Amino acid sequence: MDNDQIINDLKEIITPYTDHKEALETLTENTDLLIDLKINSANLVDIILDIEEKFGIEIDNDSMTKMINVKETIAVIKEKLAANAG
Amino acid sequence: MNNRVVITGLGVVSPNGINVADFTHAIKNGISGIRHDQQLKDLNFSCQIVGEPQIPEGYLLNYFSALELRNLKSSGIEYGVIAGLDAWKDAGLEIPTDEPDFDSGTIFGTGTSGVDKFRIGIDIIDNGQVRKLGSGTVVQTMASGVSAFLGGKLGLGNMVTTNSSACSTGTEAVILAYERIKNGQAKRMLAGSTSDKGPYIWGGFDAMRVCTYKHNEEPEKGSRPMSESASGFVPSVGAGALVLESLDSALNRGAKIYAEILGGNINSGGQRGLGSMTAPNPVAVQRCITEAMKSAGVKPEEIDVINGHLTATSKDSLEIENWAKALNRYGNDFPYINTVKSMIGHSLSGTGSIECVASVLQIDQDFIFPNINCEDLHPEIDELIDKSRIPTTLINKKISILAKANFGFGDVNACIIFKKYNNG
Repeated sequence: MDNDQIINDLKEIITPYTDHKEALETLTENTDLLIDLKINSANLVDIILDIEEKFGIEIDNDSMTKMINVKETIAVIKEKLAANAG
Repeated sequence: MNNRVVITGLGVVSPNGINVADFTHAIKNGISGIRHDQQLKDLNFSCQIVGEPQIPEGYLLNYFSALELRNLKSSGIEYGVIAGLDAWKDAGLEIPTDEPDFDSGTIFGTGTSGVDKFRIGIDIIDNGQVRKLGSGTVVQTMASGVSAFLGGKLGLGNMVTTNSSACSTGTEAVILAYERIKNGQAKRMLAGSTSDKGPYIWGGFDAMRVCTYKHNEEPEKGSRPMSESASGFVPSVGAGALVLESLDSALNRGAKIYAEILGGNINSGGQRGLGSMTAPNPVAVQRCITEAMKSAGVKPEEIDVINGHLTATSKDSLEIENWAKALNRYGNDFPYINTVKSMIGHSLSGTGSIECVASVLQIDQDFIFPNINCEDLHPEIDELIDKSRIPTTLINKKISILAKANFGFGDVNACIIFKKYNNG
């Protein structure tokens, strides 16, 4: 799964959690979930649950704390997907 | 500080009307909101009839964002937010965008919050999957969930809290909010109450055998306050909300004034004497009514209408006796008395505020709504007061002063005095 594909899935997952649709449209690897998308930090756990379901992975607490921007989020998703495959 | 306090906005979500206009029409015409409930039948409840607001598909999107609705499983919060936002809008108040409104707050009561959310959470936790609860469990199951939701939606910057005192919750909320404005601690308060719905709420009452089981085949006849054939209350659910405002604030912005609050009293019988966890101490009930009149500066003979608690249990006669003794008015001299419970059942922590809304509507629109299902008046009540004091058809009449009370488990009482506002 390449980065563009993951970003597309992420956009879909994040849509209900942000009112800043413009920042969502122009989402890049450098987009910060809290600063740029103004997502309520309490909702991060819900986004993680949605990601787990979408990608069929489980994200541990340590990995979760890294997932504050798109780049780190993609890295964690890839890592967990790889672990699943292995 | 001794501000006069008026009511400038109303909202209601009732089994017989989910907005003020529909509710007004329903209570004027004696329309019942009690229906048969297949789920309760399937679960072997003795009482298989309930009063539940009929919320249309998609209606909640007018009050909650799609994200909020995603995992919302707290009916009490849903009803409370609908009633609260409707009342605020009805009062014509702005919702601040950037800064909180430090002059406005809310006291919005409930008995419990989010029992259905809790139920889902219990299964998840017991399966060792606590991390899958998501973020919504706390805010939906904390007792103050309803006031927290309302506070955020309205940008309230004054006190934002939830009170809880069983069946007197709603009237207590209005009195507490009244006192806060009277004392100069707030200019506007959203006062109200709500309740969760469903078998997990009503089951405990069913087990106590305090709900009627004799009308499962004729739901609309089930709630029979003051009648000889009353055999227990009909469980129901809903929310009421009132915007309370200092008279100065209301006049300054040219708001419509529904009624004035002259005073009120909250007390308890201490579960002493005849009082217990579940039975009211008559000494305390009478004292609550007397003290409410004293605080309002109103004499017993000035009361035109009583909006009673009157649940349709064996305690109705005792309640009439308490009113008669507290006012020292009997027979033909007794004020008119009515209760919406005959039409919607007993909505527990939601009931007081729904009934306060009904009381204020009568004052504003000059009517006394009918009691239904009491064609066979209880002989103990008949001995105390004249039949004519218990209207069974709509009376169009100007009301000057109305007394409203609720009594709850824990031997707690609340009585409030409303007056028509006559531009002065």
